[in-house]
This record gives sequence, C-alpha cells and structure tokens, in this order.
Amino acid sequence: MSIILTEEARMVRETALGFFNERSPITELRRLRDTQDPDGFSRALWRQMAELGWTGFLVPEEYGGSAFGIAGLAQVMEAAGRTLTASPLLSTALLGASLVAAAGTEDQKAAILPALVAGEHILALALEEGSRHAPDRIALKAETDGTGYRLTGRKTFVLDGHVADTLIVAGNTGNGTTLFLVPGGTPGVTRARLTLVDSRNAANVAFDGVRIEADSVLGPVGGGAAILEAALDFARAGLAAEMLGSASEAFERTVQYLKDRKQFGVAIGSFQALKHRAAQMFCEVEVTRSAVMAATAALDQGGNDAAALVSLAKAKANQTFFRCGNEGVQMHGGIGMTDEHEIGFFTKRARAAIATFGDTGFHQDRYARLMGY
Amino acid sequence: MSDLAAFRAETRAWLEANCPPAMRTWMPEDEQVAGGRKAVWKRPEQKVWLDRMAGKGWTAPTWPKKYGGGGLSNEQALILDEEMQDLGCRPPLRGMGLSMLGPVLLEYGTEEQRMTHLPPIIKGEIRWCQGYSEPEAGSDLASLRTRAVLQGDHFLVNGHKIWTSNAHHSDWIFCLVRTDPTVKKHDGISFLLIDMSDPGVRPRPIRLISGASVFCETFIENVRVPAANLVGELNKGWTIAKRLLEHERKGIGGIGARQAAKFETPVEDRAKHYVGEVGGRIADPALRAKVAGYNMDYQAFQLTRRRAAEEAEAGQPPGPLSAMFKYYATELNKRRYETILDAEGFQGLGWEGEGFTDDEIRLTREWLRAKANTIEGGTSEVQLNIIAKRVLGLPD
Repeated sequence: MSIILTEEARMVRETALGFFNERSPITELRRLRDTQDPDGFSRALWRQMAELGWTGFLVPEEYGGSAFGIAGLAQVMEAAGRTLTASPLLSTALLGASLVAAAGTEDQKAAILPALVAGEHILALALEEGSRHAPDRIALKAETDGTGYRLTGRKTFVLDGHVADTLIVAGNTGNGTTLFLVPGGTPGVTRARLTLVDSRNAANVAFDGVRIEADSVLGPVGGGAAILEAALDFARAGLAAEMLGSASEAFERTVQYLKDRKQFGVAIGSFQALKHRAAQMFCEVEVTRSAVMAATAALDQGGNDAAALVSLAKAKANQTFFRCGNEGVQMHGGIGMTDEHEIGFFTKRARAAIATFGDTGFHQDRYARLMGY
Repeated sequence: MSDLAAFRAETRAWLEANCPPAMRTWMPEDEQVAGGRKAVWKRPEQKVWLDRMAGKGWTAPTWPKKYGGGGLSNEQALILDEEMQDLGCRPPLRGMGLSMLGPVLLEYGTEEQRMTHLPPIIKGEIRWCQGYSEPEAGSDLASLRTRAVLQGDHFLVNGHKIWTSNAHHSDWIFCLVRTDPTVKKHDGISFLLIDMSDPGVRPRPIRLISGASVFCETFIENVRVPAANLVGELNKGWTIAKRLLEHERKGIGGIGARQAAKFETPVEDRAKHYVGEVGGRIADPALRAKVAGYNMDYQAFQLTRRRAAEEAEAGQPPGPLSAMFKYYATELNKRRYETILDAEGFQGLGWEGEGFTDDEIRLTREWLRAKANTIEGGTSEVQLNIIAKRVLGLPD
C-alpha cells in the first residue's frame, strides 16, 4: 500500500490551495463572525465547491458523485484548514455523504445524494449528548409508535445543526443504536444555534416526541453503531487533514514572524529558545502529515489497520494543532493577543477541533484497544 | 514478472538457501559483527554468513562492483533490505567503514584510495573508527586541535581524540586534523586516514554509565602518515566532515528500523507482564496511556520514513524530512527505554547477579546506552539548530 498522493490527488490539492486562498481567506471567517451571519457559512462559496466536484468525492457515480475518495477530499480539507474556512465539508461532504451512501436505501440515496452533490442539501449528524465525544452512549429515546417511531431527547454540539436540511439522528431503540433521517423542520424539533469560540457552526437540538415514519430509518434497526463507527472514521480522518492544514499555516506564519520581528536589534528567530521550539514544531507537523496520509490511504484501500491509523492521525493532529496554535500566540507576543491579528483564530479553532470526534485521550485509548492492550 | 519482482524472488531464494538459521535469530548487542583483524567470532555461523554476503557484495549492496560491492540500484537494495527483515536475517556486517567512510571515499576519494580501502571494508577484513571529537571540541567540532604538519611525503600528527567508538577493536582511524592553525577554524581542517598499527596511536577505553566501554580516548603521538592518505584537498576537510556526519546521522536515525524489530518484545507486552491485565488491557491506565503515546509516535515516525522513501522512489525532489530523522529517532529510542523501565518497576533496577533475568539486566544496560543516542553524531540541540537554519531558514 502506498501512502503518497496520486497525480490526481496532487492536482486537487493545487486547485484547492488556490481556491481557498483567493476566495476564502481568514477575513471571510471574520466577516461571518462580525456580521453574525445567519448561516454561519457562505452558500455561494459552498456552491462553487460543489461545482468543483468536492461534495461528491464520497458519493458513488450513479448519484452524481465521483467516488474519488477520502485521500482526495483530505486535500480539500487541508486547504480549507489553512484559511480556517467555515463550510459544511465535514458535516455534509464527509459525514452525511458517507453515512447515506453506506447505509441508505435506494430511495433515500436518490432523494438526498444528488442534491447533496449539487450543494443544495445540508446534512448534520445529531450524535453527542454529553460533554465529550461518546458515540457508544446514546440515550435519546426512539420508541416504536404504530408504523413509525417517536424520538425524545436532546443532542448537543450538532455541527451545522441549525442550517441542516436533514438531521441524521442517533437514537436508542433498546436493541442498540438506530439512525434516523429527520427533516430539519419536522414538528417537535427545536434547534438552538450555539456561538462557539471558533466562530463555526454547532447547535443544540431538542426532540420532543418527534413522530417519524419507518422509512426514515437509515440502515438496520439496532445496527447503527457499526455504520456510525465507519462513517466517523472518515470524518475523523478528514478533520485531521483540516487540522493539519490549520497547524501548518499557524506554524508557517509563526516562523515568518520570527524572521520579521526584531528585538535587541536582531530577528527574534535568531534566539535558540525560539529556534528549537520551531524546529520541534516542524517535526511534529511532518509526522502528523504522514499519519494523516496513511490513514486516508488505508480508508480508501480498505486496509484492516484503517481504524487504528485514523485514531493515530486524529490524536497526532490534536497534539500538533494544539501546540502550533498555542506557540503561535506565545511567539507573536502581545500582538498575538489581539483580535485584529489572525494568529489567535488558530488557537481558538484548535480547541474546538480537538473536542470534535474524539480528543487525544479518546484516540489514545481507542488505539490501545484496537492494538490489543 | 517485472525485473524488480524477479529480483525479489531470486533474492529471497538466495537468502533462504544461504542465511544460516542461527543468523535468523534475535541478535544481542554483543553479537554484532564489525570485522577487522581483531574480530572475535562468538559463533562460527557469523563468519559463514559474512563471507557469503561479502562474496555477493551485499555487505555494501549499492557500492560499485569493481570495488567488490553489490552494484545494486536503490530499489534493489531496498528489496534486499525488506527480504532480509522479513526473514529476520541479521546484518552480516556493520561498522563505520560501511556506514560512513565508504560513502565518503566514493564521493571524495582518489581511485587509488578506493581500490585500497573499499574491498577490505566490504569483506570485513579491516575495521574503521572515527577520530572526530576532542576533549575541547564536542558540539563545536570545528575547534579541533589535533595537529598534522606536512613534511615532504608525510604528515606528522599529534593530538588527542575522544569518544572514538571501538577504537580498541579497530585497525584504522579516519581523522579530522588541523593542517592550518592561522586561518578561520573551518578553513584549516583536513581529512586523514591513519593506520592504527603505528605504536604512536594508543586507544584507551572509557568506562560508561552502562558499565560497558564502547568509547575510547585515543592519543596520537608523533605518528607519520603518508601524504597519500589525505582525502580530498588539503584544508578542505570540513566539507567532507559534514558529509560524513550526514551519513552518520542517517545510520543513527535508522535506530528502530533494525533487524531486532522482528524479535523484540513489544513494549505493551512487557507492560502487561509487570502490571497485569484487566480484560486484556494493561491494568494501570496511566501506564497504558504512556505506552500508547509512545507506540503512536513511533508509528507516526515509521510512516514518515516510509513517506520519504516513497517520495524518493517516485522521483519527487528530496524534501526536508531527512533533517529530522536523527533527532526524532533518537529521542523516541530513549523514550522507549524509559517506558519499559516504568513498566518494570523494581525489576528494572538490577545491575547484575541474582534477582533479575538476563533480559532485565540487558534492558537496564541498554536504557543507559540509549542516552548516548541524543549526544553522539551531533546532539539533539545541534540537530534542532540544523533544522532551524537549513529547513526553516531562521537567522544565526
């Protein structure tokens, strides 16, 4: 198995780097934040991303996608991470697409996937219920009610939850976890947008005896855990790629600052106390890159070590982004504390991204379990 | 079948037929073969294996055939390495002749120097050591003071080298010497090959914290060295010295990818052994997290080596990755031993005698030996300086 990029993936990478640089620099995230944009992302930008085919990388050709794969999509995620672009890539192109493509009926796929690929259908996974990632602890009640189900409970940290056309809800059916496709406007669904430190989208969603039909079930009843686990690994790997992009950018900006900023009559980058930490960050960024590349390659090629590699990639991305974000602020000194300067956006995003789909402790423990200890 | 696939099949068949079973076992530190006139053979198979591999030139797989090397391409050498690892074959020969001096002679040596020195290195007949550091020249290597004065057809050499690994087992020493004390320190250094059979060259072993004595200090007193033993130009030795250090770092950075990997007990198994298991997991969650953290960084680093190799094979320009290998591999290796000793508890504290297994004593000694990894061949701090300067472009 090869972990380096194919020629096609490298072309995607070049295109994506140019695209986000030009159309979605960090000023765009600042604008969304400062104008309290109701969507929290740019629909125009999302449509352009759809036109480039990125929304269809995990969607089969018969539903309008290209099935190009996660290694390719990771290039887009990484480029988006460099400019901290807010978009439904994670919620929709990664999680939504992989869940529906993997578990959907013909009707469900036909109803959702072509619209998703066109950039006209946003999905959100309503999974978390506690204060941290716990995909195996689902309390939201899903009771049978005639020919359908009734959902009662609360979800939190639902990415893009307030703008989703369809929520994918993880419910407890007594015999395990079951996934449901619930249109965002269904009576009894209450969505409360959260304002997060990283200015990205998440919502609390309450389900107050929400009545849905049996054809809303996604995948086998009681068999949602395995489907979730597989799709979450795509999301974790993609998010790790995004975090790698953000960490690389924060790191490179910081190195540039070390060359530009003068104190005591010299560039502060000549001080060994800073040089060594910068060199260590370089090493961590590079080993993280290798882990992300190996994880996405293994997912695309169906390697049986894919799950462990994904946990490796997410854990390394967590540690490295944390480090590059915090060192970024510290090495920028006072200016790094200001809202006007962009380096602080990275450290805020790092916190949110680390908590999403498993922090370092979660993935270390999962890795150990998968490796038999 | 492609040429490379055919080469792989032939190589495997040859290895299976020619590598003695005793040489497909875990290799203790004291069974490494470094050759030379003073070689001690702990097992007869070591010599058989060395002679067979040297006969094919596979002790130096990529060196040209005219010097006795294997003449393999990089791809073929990688295949040979993979097949040897897969079968658990021990490296037939190791040493500074193979890993450092040979590559430098191939690049900077005269044809006569190559014809003289490369064949005995490949056959394991001559063992080399490295005369670089001095008591007053450690990380600041270029301030070295061992003096070589050109007197007609020879140099007269006087000086004091230190940390000369295995000097007391070696036949020849490659030395950095000062040939011009009047110019800037980097501009007055030359690279000289010295025969240690001269009684003026006296190595003295140094007892280390691990109890072993792999390092020496070497005194050089009024030794006459033929002028023909100068490698490269007079006073241009620093360039060669740096190139050789790159080869040295590559070798030290290779720690962890060694033959032993196939036979080593995984750290997690040791942890289970000492602290017990609960439901198949290491019973102590703090130790479990530490083991997982180490294993994950180790795997991420191995993936980085692989990525660098794949990029090179795909013909992509060499990236900046190699600059980090020495630093990262050696820091990881130290962490590996610290994690093992954490797991062992009291059992990791034995020095010798009753109460401890041979394995436990060995690991304790290796734990101490590993401390040198981040000092020798350029300290971790020097490596970070190099990354900061060459890769990140940070100013002096």
